[in-house]
Amino acid sequence: MTHQLPLIEPDVLIIGGGPAGLTAAAELVDRGAGRVMVVDREKHAGGIPRHSDHTGYGLRDLRRVMTGPAYARHLTDRATRSGAEIRTSTMVTGWSDQHTVDVTSPEGRYQIRARAIVLATGARERPRTARRIPGDRPHGVYTTGQLQNLVHLHHQPVGKRAVIVGGELVSWSAAMTLREAGCTPALMISKYPKAESYGAFNAAGRTILRVPVATRSRVTQVLGKGRCEAVEIEHLDTGKRRTVECDTVVFTGDWIPDHELVRSAGITLDESTLGPLTDTALRTSRPGVFAVGNMLHPVDTADVAALDGKHVAQQVINHLDGRSKPAEGVRLIADAPFRWIAPQILRPGDPAPARDRLLLWTDEFVRFPRVTVRQDGRVVTRRTLAWPAAPGRVFRIPSSVLDGISRTGGPVHITM
Amino acid sequence: MTPTPHRPHPEIFDIAVIGGGIVGSAIARELSGHDVSVALLEARDDVGDGTSKANTAILHTGFDAKPGTLESRLVARGYHLLSDYAKATGIPVEHTGAVLVAWNQEELDALPALKEKAEANGYEHCRIVDADEVYRVLPDLGEGVLGGLAVPDESIICTWTTNLALATDAKQRGTTLLLEHAVTGIDVGDDATTLYTARGDVRARWVVNAAGLGADMIDQLFGHDRFTVTPRRGELFVFDKLARPKVGKIVLPVPSSRGKGVLISPTIYGNVMLGPTAEDLTDRTNTATSEDGYDFLLSKGARLMPSLLSEEVTASYAGLRAAIDRDDYLIEATPEQRYLLVGGIRSTGLTAGIAIAEHVTGLLAETGLGLRSRSDLPAPPRMPNIGEATTRPYQDTDLIAEDTAYGTIVCFCERVTEGEIRDACHAPVPARSLEGLRRRTRAMNGRCQGFFCGAAVAALRTQHQTDDGCCSQHKDK
Repeated sequence: MTHQLPLIEPDVLIIGGGPAGLTAAAELVDRGAGRVMVVDREKHAGGIPRHSDHTGYGLRDLRRVMTGPAYARHLTDRATRSGAEIRTSTMVTGWSDQHTVDVTSPEGRYQIRARAIVLATGARERPRTARRIPGDRPHGVYTTGQLQNLVHLHHQPVGKRAVIVGGELVSWSAAMTLREAGCTPALMISKYPKAESYGAFNAAGRTILRVPVATRSRVTQVLGKGRCEAVEIEHLDTGKRRTVECDTVVFTGDWIPDHELVRSAGITLDESTLGPLTDTALRTSRPGVFAVGNMLHPVDTADVAALDGKHVAQQVINHLDGRSKPAEGVRLIADAPFRWIAPQILRPGDPAPARDRLLLWTDEFVRFPRVTVRQDGRVVTRRTLAWPAAPGRVFRIPSSVLDGISRTGGPVHITM
Repeated sequence: MTPTPHRPHPEIFDIAVIGGGIVGSAIARELSGHDVSVALLEARDDVGDGTSKANTAILHTGFDAKPGTLESRLVARGYHLLSDYAKATGIPVEHTGAVLVAWNQEELDALPALKEKAEANGYEHCRIVDADEVYRVLPDLGEGVLGGLAVPDESIICTWTTNLALATDAKQRGTTLLLEHAVTGIDVGDDATTLYTARGDVRARWVVNAAGLGADMIDQLFGHDRFTVTPRRGELFVFDKLARPKVGKIVLPVPSSRGKGVLISPTIYGNVMLGPTAEDLTDRTNTATSEDGYDFLLSKGARLMPSLLSEEVTASYAGLRAAIDRDDYLIEATPEQRYLLVGGIRSTGLTAGIAIAEHVTGLLAETGLGLRSRSDLPAPPRMPNIGEATTRPYQDTDLIAEDTAYGTIVCFCERVTEGEIRDACHAPVPARSLEGLRRRTRAMNGRCQGFFCGAAVAALRTQHQTDDGCCSQHKDK
């Protein structure tokens, strides 16, 4: 194991072939970044949309709507046509220096060194264990990712009666997948006073999918030897517990970035998103290493991740050209009821964030949110937005709320 | 692979061993090294699926055993036997060392006596260290450490591979492995004992009871009433590998009258473990985790290493130890019944297993059972490496060059390759279920718990199961 591994040296390496990585690849090649390589550990590029077999993809980036698999194919084809090199079944297993990674693939083990690296490794849902939910360890307990993989890519059966934990957009996606697999979504469980996702979607969900929602509730135990038999749930206000029979449980949402490479590199993490700390140019703390997509905002829709990919392309090119000289910036800090904000740093001379939006996550539902921006004890902006802030999906704020801040002043606090 | 020596399947086995855990597998392996026919009966559909799969996976020096006991002697000997066996077979071991940490004056005062006890057990390397030294090796420990006792040879090991190596070795030496053979009745005849199981009767001249949690029940079927097994539940958290740099050594509590207490340990797979709890139950199948158990572990963890709690939990599980109402192993032969009991083997049984097997063989030889060592033994099996400290298949350039399946990573979190999953399905003791596959390869044991790989791993298992026709009685999909 001591002999030297073969080395290849593209100009840009993109780790992760989902919407963000593929879009970044196509844009980078189109803008003349040179040799652009995408590596993805899965057998096919495309990321999570590959197994999200329902419509709603592509709205913001492509201005059209298609299914997840079609969207994944479209982005893959576009990247390939542009001339980006996509290597699948190729997993980055670690760093050998600041800009060199080790990979394993069926072709063997080798190293890739690039002048710029874009991390686009996405996010995953916390499984039951990470949510620290006790009880038996029966079969039939999934995350949405695993469920959709099983059903859409492997055409495997699941159970007959499911409980869905979570009330996010992805939870409704899980409900649709269950229906398609012939499994009745019997109950959705949310800790919030209302199911988190879009109001309209909820109404549609309730009528079309007929999924009752237990709000202000949490799962306290999973029951069943062998196959899942039930979950015990608790009402958060009354403390009352009851048992709900089911042979399938899907833990949805509750995202965590796939940040293993970020942490093992020693790149600074944002304590709230748990993704890398980034500025509006999507730089990480390691020069020449950028990050895009749902690793930064766990988790927004695929098209917003794709638009990060578009946004980062010019920033990477500026870096390759030596035109990127990051100055000291100010920290953006999300205060309660916000859980996190992305990106987190605003530097003098840097561009506005992707789509001119700041992305935040709220723990409270507010129909007419009034957003306040403060710096050094001074209110910079107060603005009431026309769209609600709701838990379970990203809340977007126009970056123009930062217009009055000093890029050389103290930390900027954003609250509602 | 070494060829299996041809041994005709006899109508009556010379010896039947009940229980395919570490202890039973070690005994079957040792006995098969002699000129006798051996059957190994396991109630479940895989070896090591009971108590043996869910322990703290520590290779004990035996420093803290009760001096003069059989346990003390067998653990001390087992440490060396298993260390050597691990080298021969590739069972992953890391010699991390342990520190017994004193958090108050009483615990600090107890350290010299513990050092003397270790010496009485024949272990000479313990060293009392001050708080600075403890923090130097374990900087992430919580505040308030007063001192510690260093146990440099305490190690971590893979309990799953140990069990599989012993069972595979036993099989290759000619042991007949009978899975799903739960013993429901026993009839001691003049020449042979009949063991009744749902899969048919098994007859043997001698019977060794190494049934772990069920050992007292088997003992009762022989007409004895000498001990009771209490299932003592131990719940554990396994934290993400990203936490591993915090825990370079096994962090042991100073033992109290309530048992050994909660420890923090690195795992051989590169994680960090916190646990176990200790709770006596009556239900021998209750391996559920509990809210109380979680709360207890988290409160302990908050004191021992607060920063550990901000790491993700990768897995949690509960194991049942076979606690008995006495302080030592209970290993006794009843020659008139041609029966030998191996009871009360608690978590130290992982370390002591091979020494217990040696001891059992000695006892059987004393009873006049002819045990002639064989000269034609196959070499011990070479086990796949699932430990984190040495080269795994995905890192092995030469192996991938020979077979691209080792370059195809299927389980991303644990970096398990298609080749390893295939091999586990076709091994001498093959994986028959997803659970069995997890224990042989680590697939789906990582932080995503199957988010990415669950479906693909299941598909591979089905594919390879069809190929080799191993029968599945398991209910998972």
